[in-house]
Amino acid sequence: MVVFPGTNCEHDVVEAIEGLGGEAELVWHAATSLGSLDAVVLPGGFAHGDYLRPGAIARFSPVMGAVSQFAQGGGPVVGICNGFQVLTEAHLLPGALQKNKGLIFLCQMTELEVVSDRSALTAGVEVGRRLRVPINHFEGNYTASAETLRALEAEGRVVLRYVGNPNGSVHDIAAVCNEGGNVVGLMPHPERATSELLGSPDGLVLLRALLGTAASSSLAPRAGASA
Amino acid sequence: MANFEVLVEVQLRPGISDPQGATIERALPALGFAGISEIRAGKAFRLHVDAPDEGEARRVVNELCARLLANPVIEDATVSVVR
Repeated sequence: MVVFPGTNCEHDVVEAIEGLGGEAELVWHAATSLGSLDAVVLPGGFAHGDYLRPGAIARFSPVMGAVSQFAQGGGPVVGICNGFQVLTEAHLLPGALQKNKGLIFLCQMTELEVVSDRSALTAGVEVGRRLRVPINHFEGNYTASAETLRALEAEGRVVLRYVGNPNGSVHDIAAVCNEGGNVVGLMPHPERATSELLGSPDGLVLLRALLGTAASSSLAPRAGASA
Repeated sequence: MANFEVLVEVQLRPGISDPQGATIERALPALGFAGISEIRAGKAFRLHVDAPDEGEARRVVNELCARLLANPVIEDATVSVVR
């Protein structure tokens, strides 16, 4: 888990990953190398106080060079909430996250639909499955150019969609991935849906898929992509 | 080498929804204002740049805008040299 000044969800992600039998390590944003990791998570929070724009300053942190290289090498990288914002600012994912449509901070459970199982976060998860995972954000309204949207839909890179769009995200998009499917950004917090006590255990479905991807580091080939 | 004072205005691109501007606009009738519309909220940055000439100052600031001050997916930046 990459930790920027202002990140605040890293411990919840660590606990969720360790609860699933994985090993988790915190990496400070000033580090220039990641060491030997099987996956990288950019957790939620308010990196650099969300100053200028959420993720705008974090994308220039020293660690992002290593994250970018790791992603380019096909390694699984998941950005949760603020992490998603950092990934779009770093251009590791397309589009941008704007202020929520109603200009309200949303802290609520949402229902998601799995749109693609060809991503590091949804490998092996049934397409069409509904998951209940909470959101907690003011700037979660996903937007992208018409051309980018066309490409995302045509290439099967929309990973999760909201059922009952809470924030105005275009095409109800809650999560997208890159061409390789190894970099995924999502606004909902799977680490906060790890038991019935928290309201839903559905976040474990996604995190388990991530651990599986990290362990095998092999994704199903995408239709149309060269081997 | 001269020092230039520069103003950068960052605005949401046309077509990008602006809930902040819309909210401000909706508050106006209650305050007694009429005939004001199409409010778009943006940001302004003032900075000083060391450069041999204005052209170079603009070039540097344009790069700063492209890399940091504005997100080109949703924002446009306008650069004015003040002094």
